[in-house]
Amino acid sequence: MCLGVPGEIVAIDSAATASAVVEISGVRRRVNLTCVLTDNIRPESLLGQWVLVHTGFAMSLIDAAEAQHTLTLLAELEAFSVDQEAAP
Amino acid sequence: MKYVDEFRNPVEARRLGEHLARRMALPELQSRRPVRIMEVCGGHTHTIFRYGLEALLPEGIELIHGPGCPVCVLPPERIDDCLTLAEQHDVILTTFGDAMRVPGSRGSLLQARARGADIRTVYSPLDALQVARDNPDRKVVFFALGFETTMPGTAITLQQAVEEGIANFYLFCHHVTIVPILKALLDDPFMQVDAFIGPGHVSMVIGMTPYTFIADQYRKPVVVAGFEPLDILQSIVMVLEQLREGRTEVENQYIRVVSRDGNRQALQAVADVFALRARSSWRGLGEIERSGVGLKPAYAAFDAERLLVAPSVRRAEPVDCRCSEVLKGQLHPRQCPLFGRACTPEHPRGALMVSSEGACAACHQYQGRG
Ligand code: SF4
Repeated sequence: MCLGVPGEIVAIDSAATASAVVEISGVRRRVNLTCVLTDNIRPESLLGQWVLVHTGFAMSLIDAAEAQHTLTLLAELEAFSVDQEAAP
Repeated sequence: MKYVDEFRNPVEARRLGEHLARRMALPELQSRRPVRIMEVCGGHTHTIFRYGLEALLPEGIELIHGPGCPVCVLPPERIDDCLTLAEQHDVILTTFGDAMRVPGSRGSLLQARARGADIRTVYSPLDALQVARDNPDRKVVFFALGFETTMPGTAITLQQAVEEGIANFYLFCHHVTIVPILKALLDDPFMQVDAFIGPGHVSMVIGMTPYTFIADQYRKPVVVAGFEPLDILQSIVMVLEQLREGRTEVENQYIRVVSRDGNRQALQAVADVFALRARSSWRGLGEIERSGVGLKPAYAAFDAERLLVAPSVRRAEPVDCRCSEVLKGQLHPRQCPLFGRACTPEHPRGALMVSSEGACAACHQYQGRG
């Protein structure tokens, strides 16, 4: 129940009810956008955006740059040798 | 799948495990063995068992599976109340599939459905509202449960019902909040935890600041983490880094989804609809003050509590269940004498065996009963 999944917004259903269609692993599903809309973010501007979907609601925009950054940090971690850091 | 597969790479996961072993060999960490890290959220517990992450961890790191599965902590008397509601002939009870098998003192919702009660599972509270639109002559009750992650959805659905004037829609609300339960665990003298992996999706709603007290007053590191294997392994690296440097901070591994202040729109909807109850009851943990919410008086017309003549009272839990010790991290699921025998996912005796996010069910599903 608590698992959220990433999905891509592929269509705006109704801007008035903040309803959109997301695609999650090839399956289309209706989601409510209320939690990701602000005065500056209109529904149409979210087409193609990835969101975290939870019980029928888009709960968060997924930040592509931050996702990449996390992966870069991971790669650096592996390259990093503990002995190196432990040296004075 | 994007944002999933790249955080699941098994080769990288193994390398991260080796990296953790090198870190644990550092003298500052050697002396701290064992390092006990509690993952608060059932979603994390599920990932840990599903991908066998414990096998990748070096000796000296122990994961303790925390209480963050809303189905597991659901007290039996609330299920009893749901049964009472569902037995009223004009009621359709709707809820998430996970709640169906939770044992109450008179059986589960699934068993009640087999006896003829109109109980329907939904994927979203918005689907429950649709059932209400489609059945104007019935009372449609949505049994709303979950931590802060599911609260905004319930709140927005109710706001929509009000806006549309759907008068046959009711909420039976058992939403609970994460911070009081963490505080209760931290104050428990038997709890031995050195650090926390924080719940990613609760945090996407409430942000990072609610955990500051854990770092400041209890002097334990908190790292909010995503739900894929590499997310969890990376957050363990971050925990070890804090311990090694003697820092206690609230850090964010799940930056692609969680922001410092949480989700403003979601929090607004929650504040509009819900108010803290004086106390709420938790399976295995008893009553905890100010740990759950109910509907604000302004929404009383939609509150299913008023359809109940008398709410069920709290009963003692079966004595042979060891759920409460497992929830507190004092006992591994396998150490419960009922595990895999009297208590299985098909016939759960305790709630931790019900949801795939419960420590016992996850352990049983992925590691078998042996
Ligand atoms: S095996 Fe069953 S009774 Fe024992 S702790 Fe787990 S859920 Fe509770």
